[in-house]
Amino acid sequence: MNTAAIEQRENYLNAGYGLKSWLLTKDHKRIAILYLITVTIFFFIGGIFASLIRIELLTPQGDLVSSETYNKLFTMHGIAMIFFFLIPSIPATLGNFFLPMMIGARDLAFPRVNLLSWYLLVIGGAFALFAMLAGGVDTGWTFYTPYSTTYSNTWVIATALGIFVSGFSSILTGLNFIVTVHRMRAPGMTWFRMPLFVWANYATAVIQVLGTPVVAVTIVLLFCERAFHIGIFDPALGGDPVLFQHMFWFYSHPAVYIMVLPAMGVISEIISVFSRKPIFGYHFVAFSSMAIAVIGFLVWGHHLFVSTQSVYAGLVFSFLSYFVAIPSAVKVFNWTATLYKGSISFATPMLYAFGFIGLFTIGGLTGLFVASLGFDVHVTDTYFVVAHFHYVMVGGTIMAFLGGLHYWWPKMTGRMYPENWAKLSAAIIFVGFNLTFFPQFILGYLGMPRRYHVYPDEFQVLHVLSTAGASILAIGYLFPMFYFMWSLRYGEVASANPWGATGLEWAMPSPPPVHNFDEIPVVTHEAYDYSTVVGEGVEVG
Amino acid sequence: MSEHVDSVKTYTAVWLILLVLTGVTTGVAYIDLGAFSVVVALVIAAVKMLLVALFFMHMRHSTRLTQLAAAGAFLWLFIMMAFTLADVWTRGLVGTPGR
Amino acid sequence: MAEQAHAHAESLALREQFNTAEQQKESSTFGMWVFLVTEVMFFGGLFLAYTIYRNTYPTVFGMASTSLNAVIGALNTAVLLCSSFTMVLAVRASQLGKRKAIVIFLILTLLLGMVFLGVKAYEWNEKFVEHHIPGAHFHFEGMAEQGPAQLFFTLYFVMTGLHALHMVVGVGILSWLLYHAARGRFTAEYMTPVDIAGLYWHFVDIIWIFLFPLLYLIDRHMK
Repeated sequence: MNTAAIEQRENYLNAGYGLKSWLLTKDHKRIAILYLITVTIFFFIGGIFASLIRIELLTPQGDLVSSETYNKLFTMHGIAMIFFFLIPSIPATLGNFFLPMMIGARDLAFPRVNLLSWYLLVIGGAFALFAMLAGGVDTGWTFYTPYSTTYSNTWVIATALGIFVSGFSSILTGLNFIVTVHRMRAPGMTWFRMPLFVWANYATAVIQVLGTPVVAVTIVLLFCERAFHIGIFDPALGGDPVLFQHMFWFYSHPAVYIMVLPAMGVISEIISVFSRKPIFGYHFVAFSSMAIAVIGFLVWGHHLFVSTQSVYAGLVFSFLSYFVAIPSAVKVFNWTATLYKGSISFATPMLYAFGFIGLFTIGGLTGLFVASLGFDVHVTDTYFVVAHFHYVMVGGTIMAFLGGLHYWWPKMTGRMYPENWAKLSAAIIFVGFNLTFFPQFILGYLGMPRRYHVYPDEFQVLHVLSTAGASILAIGYLFPMFYFMWSLRYGEVASANPWGATGLEWAMPSPPPVHNFDEIPVVTHEAYDYSTVVGEGVEVG
Repeated sequence: MSEHVDSVKTYTAVWLILLVLTGVTTGVAYIDLGAFSVVVALVIAAVKMLLVALFFMHMRHSTRLTQLAAAGAFLWLFIMMAFTLADVWTRGLVGTPGR
Repeated sequence: MAEQAHAHAESLALREQFNTAEQQKESSTFGMWVFLVTEVMFFGGLFLAYTIYRNTYPTVFGMASTSLNAVIGALNTAVLLCSSFTMVLAVRASQLGKRKAIVIFLILTLLLGMVFLGVKAYEWNEKFVEHHIPGAHFHFEGMAEQGPAQLFFTLYFVMTGLHALHMVVGVGILSWLLYHAARGRFTAEYMTPVDIAGLYWHFVDIIWIFLFPLLYLIDRHMK
């Protein structure tokens, strides 16, 4: 297909030019692109803070920055990455773009609410960015009281306000997805014919809707206490600082499932396509998404094991934290079983999926380590925990996000990315990631505390390895930035279904037309039915 | 979906019951029922809530899905309260880890 | 001719992402219910804090609660319940396509809502005069430890304040509804905005149904 023909056919990208057509769009695909740009910017902001942290940690002395500044670095790294990158990332970009198509709808249920939720992320991000530039915030991304309410002299309120506003972005996205999945499925698109990516985003949406309001009201109380000097968490008034922790983590634990569930959805799609097999145990995988969403709300106290939470409560939370690992394990088993006797292709998305399975498994297993009350008393607030959550968030979610971006890039842009550069980047990222974070398990076990920039000399070797890894990882992340941009102009023109995938999104041209479907399809096939697809095959370089 | 148009009579009855219950809960507050006071107050409030939800919000005519969503909200509220109180009310019974 | 007018009203209001008017209405209604679920969790956090602190300081909370005027609180509760009554009658009127009735009931709801807010403003002013507003000038008579009393009033102001904020938003929504109702925009076929605004208004009423006994009626018999 020649370039000229592509450029003449109307699609969502060329239907309307100019800033207004983008900033006032109601098209879920354009909103997804707007989100993609926004979260990418915050990813790099978070990455800059990470770089400064890793450079400081090259030496045992606190020589690059003061302790106060170091506190700001890890705080802002966490805030940028969690609230403005990871939480919106997959749902608001890939979810927004593909969920309606996958169920045979023309758009989400509430397109204008969708646009509003993007603006809320941008406004919230602007507040947070202002706080960062005006001097930063140093409370840790967890904002524990009474430091955040009383003693910190940094831009707590501006940052908290930014997170508050962006929380509503998340809530509205969740609301939109829930109503869309319930009410906008095409005829014949039953719940158990939906792609697992839709199930994953639906489960995520349930978490967003039930959890985020609690952190929102917690921030309201934090704001009142700090701005008006009235104590609700202030021990001097009889208040309980641990109440803040309960309310904060009631959301923030399920939040990690907001970050990982959509990633698991992406992996389900990729594993299936590049094994050319339906996902093994479709129903189990679908139900496990819901199970993670529900059980994920019952474990938050494992963040309070050493915060004077009662031992009895600690035992219950510990037990339930083991329990929540089960549905995740079910998924890993089912993905692995899908590979068996499949026709495996090692295209870039599949490389990221393999990376995910391995790294998420390590991250998840170490989660069980810290879920154990006794063990956690020793490793809490050490680099062991830091390594654990980076394995699941970076080795897990970010790998899946990149895998999904590569998988769906041809559909979103009508262009193929350069496969060899992509494979190289995936390899660099994998090596860089493990070199950065595996030493941190050892560091933590040996006693290196988190949020410290001064440490004993004997830890330096491991820190240097970690920083070396971080440099490699950074290069790995920069490559896709460049070749994705390059591909927009010079990439090979993509057909409607370059991977030979099933799913309604592949039945329409690349890039898709504005209204997705000329006629709403009637669905008669199960999900991942490869007998219906004329595969073009996958060219593996 | 205007199939279920409730009568003015129904709404008026519900409204009057709500007003009566408001009076009852206020009056009962002046009687010493000990620990039972809060139970009575919450039960009356719950009844008022159900009346508003079922009749004024048309929940008795709404889809199973809507009813499930409403029930889910309260279940989640209950979870948040129960697990937090499970901590607050059992502190100091055994001691703190590490001490 | 009537069918054409109805179909016209329908197609004017049908947004392009929906296939039928029924799908649109069901989606909008369900969407509002999902939003109310988020509101339950939002206020729920405050009810959690309240439960914990009331349980920890029952006597102080009782005394602080008694300093509120229960009669005014009860009357204000009745005002809000009446506004829910007029609101559901407005919804009913729109189900029947009775333009004049919609307008009248919306106006009544609006007025009652504003009465409620006015009474709340009066109550807050009382608290200001009595130095019961948390902060530097807080002083609750007859108590050596001011902390727990201040906790009560912090919860009182944050909870009733958040509730009042929702009422103000509600008043705004009702005003917008009134504007369109007066122009005959709502018919039996298209009354979704009135319907879902009603859901919101009733929900805010339900919050107050719990706030009233929990804040005003803790220990009245101890007088």
